[in-house]
Amino acid sequence: MARIQLNGVRKSFGDVHVIKGVDLDIRAGEFMVFVGPSGCGKSTLLRLIAGLEDITSGEMRFNDQRVNDKTPSERGIAMVFQSYALYPHMSVYDNMAFGLRLAKGEEAETRKRVERAAEMLQIKQYLDRLPKQLSGGQRQRVAIGRAIVRDPQVFLFDEPLSNLDAALRVATRLEIAKLHHDMGKATMIYVTHDQVEAMTLADRICVLRDGLVEQVGTPLELYEKPASVFVAGFIGSPKMNFFSGAHASPLGAHTIGVRPEHLLAAPESAGTWSGQVAHREVMGSDTYLYIDVGGPELITLRETGISGRNPGDRIALTPMAPHYVHRFNEAGRPV
Amino acid sequence: MTAETSFSQAPPPEATRRSRLTAQRIRSAWIFLTPMMLALALVAGWPLFRNIYFSFTDASLTNLGAAQWIGFDNYYSKITLPSGREITSGLLVDPEWWRAVGNTLRFAFLSVGFETVFGLIVALVLNAEFKGRALVRAAVLVPWAIPTIVSAKIWAWMLNDQFGVINDVFLKLGLISEKVAWTASPDTAMTAVLIVDIWKTTPFMALLILAGLQMVPKDIYEAAKIDGVHPVKQFFKITLPLIWPAVMVAVIFRLLDALRIFDLIYVLTPNNAQTRTMSVAVRENLFDFDNFAYGSAQATMLFFIIALITILYITLGRVRFDGGK
Ligand SMILES: Nc1ncnc2c1ncn2[C@@H]1O[C@H](COP(=O)(O)OP(=O)(O)OP(=O)(O)O)[C@@H](O)[C@H]1O
Ligand SMILES: [Mg+2]
Repeated sequence: MARIQLNGVRKSFGDVHVIKGVDLDIRAGEFMVFVGPSGCGKSTLLRLIAGLEDITSGEMRFNDQRVNDKTPSERGIAMVFQSYALYPHMSVYDNMAFGLRLAKGEEAETRKRVERAAEMLQIKQYLDRLPKQLSGGQRQRVAIGRAIVRDPQVFLFDEPLSNLDAALRVATRLEIAKLHHDMGKATMIYVTHDQVEAMTLADRICVLRDGLVEQVGTPLELYEKPASVFVAGFIGSPKMNFFSGAHASPLGAHTIGVRPEHLLAAPESAGTWSGQVAHREVMGSDTYLYIDVGGPELITLRETGISGRNPGDRIALTPMAPHYVHRFNEAGRPV
Repeated sequence: MTAETSFSQAPPPEATRRSRLTAQRIRSAWIFLTPMMLALALVAGWPLFRNIYFSFTDASLTNLGAAQWIGFDNYYSKITLPSGREITSGLLVDPEWWRAVGNTLRFAFLSVGFETVFGLIVALVLNAEFKGRALVRAAVLVPWAIPTIVSAKIWAWMLNDQFGVINDVFLKLGLISEKVAWTASPDTAMTAVLIVDIWKTTPFMALLILAGLQMVPKDIYEAAKIDGVHPVKQFFKITLPLIWPAVMVAVIFRLLDALRIFDLIYVLTPNNAQTRTMSVAVRENLFDFDNFAYGSAQATMLFFIIALITILYITLGRVRFDGGK
């Protein structure tokens, strides 16, 4: 169980300011997901929490204890790296047992813990293999297993699934969700690019932008009440549609945002916006229509099932209900 | 491999295409290999063959053409004198030769041993991040870049018994009470040679090991930090096993060099029984003493001794030239 507090945490590499003052309170036992565009500082923030990088200024507390100067091993964390970072010359068993042996654990206890973790992750039959003799997904599970056996207070994951194929991602995602449930008391911090991972795994999501926290909240809060145009555009897939200028003024705001799943094709006369279908993507369960309403970007409309509309068709659009309309001012803040 | 066996059982149409491709690959491999094999045969194979041939003759430098076949006499021969005394002669019972072999082996193992340890330390230092690392990396290479003859001459002067700076400094520091003939005295000659060779070749060793170190992925050190691995333990449990293949290859390069050592000893400690190595002995017999056939026998023996050590090293050390991938 560990509560992690960051107070005004900054990090610079020379002249490059990467983390520009982050305040964050991660509750004990929480599953926190960091998302944000590439280069916004997610990995750096995670590495600061891990203790792999020094904090330039600010304070970090684990359970109300200052840990700025504690080494990674003293912080009681475990980290799963994107690249797995397994010791290439050690068997799966040794990879998992290495840290425990160093901590002068009893060999019998070590074996018990490794075997339990291996069982949980279904890698028991690979314990004698070297990492290079495993597939990417198996390596990933070994990396997670190595983290589990340490029985850490805090789990850190840096894009652990990004090297896996789609099917394996889903399977491993479910395993991680189960892991969080089984290890109920461990705090987990998880960095990802993937919308679905963020929405499905997180208790709360922290959206980072350019070294600053943009918004922290539960997945639904972020989806329903984004605190800025940036978050609105970042959370949700396909991306939220934005209307501005003459397209926004009928609804009385600088920028209007409506999610593709909250738009409705309407009769030409009743539509708020109208345009021409430019492109069509059929997913099977849904169809995405890309509509040119004369704005800078195409507007996406998500229709259930296979849509009968074709590129070139005229179409009028309207929000499904008034509360699906997000209004933002010039500064990109909600009004 | 398994794929090929299943192909041979029931060759589908691709099998023929594939084998044509294979044939083409083999052909181009030969085209690339032939020039090198020709060159090797000319510059290494033929001299080696001639050398082995001369070792079975009584050839003399003045008249190589008149060489007569005398069988194994250069290696071993036994004459029974009329008095009944038996006299054995030849390379195999020549104490001078075996002493040279001993000198060579001692030199090779000591120099390569120290160079490996120092090279490892230097490589670890050069692998760390610090300001001006590129400059230090270049500077470290200087001893290796100086031609051996030049550095041997430099050291010969520094170690000179009358005018050498080393005697001067040691005297002033009170480390020695009188001037020492470092390169001539039987007690110090081998040490002097070793010091110069280690000074000269450690950079080469360091560079080869550094290349190995840079192949080690950085992230496993971060994993080690999280596992809380002590730096010393980290070196022995993680770094060393991972660079071991590179170290083994570096050692064999150096070992081959050291077993053939000639120039440094020839310049630094000429005519010194304590440092005469196989190559020096070979040269003396071939050209200085006009024992061309005997020198050839020594050269042949040198070849086989080095070959034997190399084969032993590669098989016992399980050296992998592909870097252990
Ligand atoms: N050691 C370093 N020295 C200098 N700059 C660095 C260093 N590490 C990271 N940065 C910079 O900090 C910024 C944030 O990097 P970081 O790796 O945290 O991004 P990220 O959000 O994890 O991105 P991605 O999603 O692509 O992994 C980048 O602009 C990067 O160039
Ligand atoms: Mg990253």
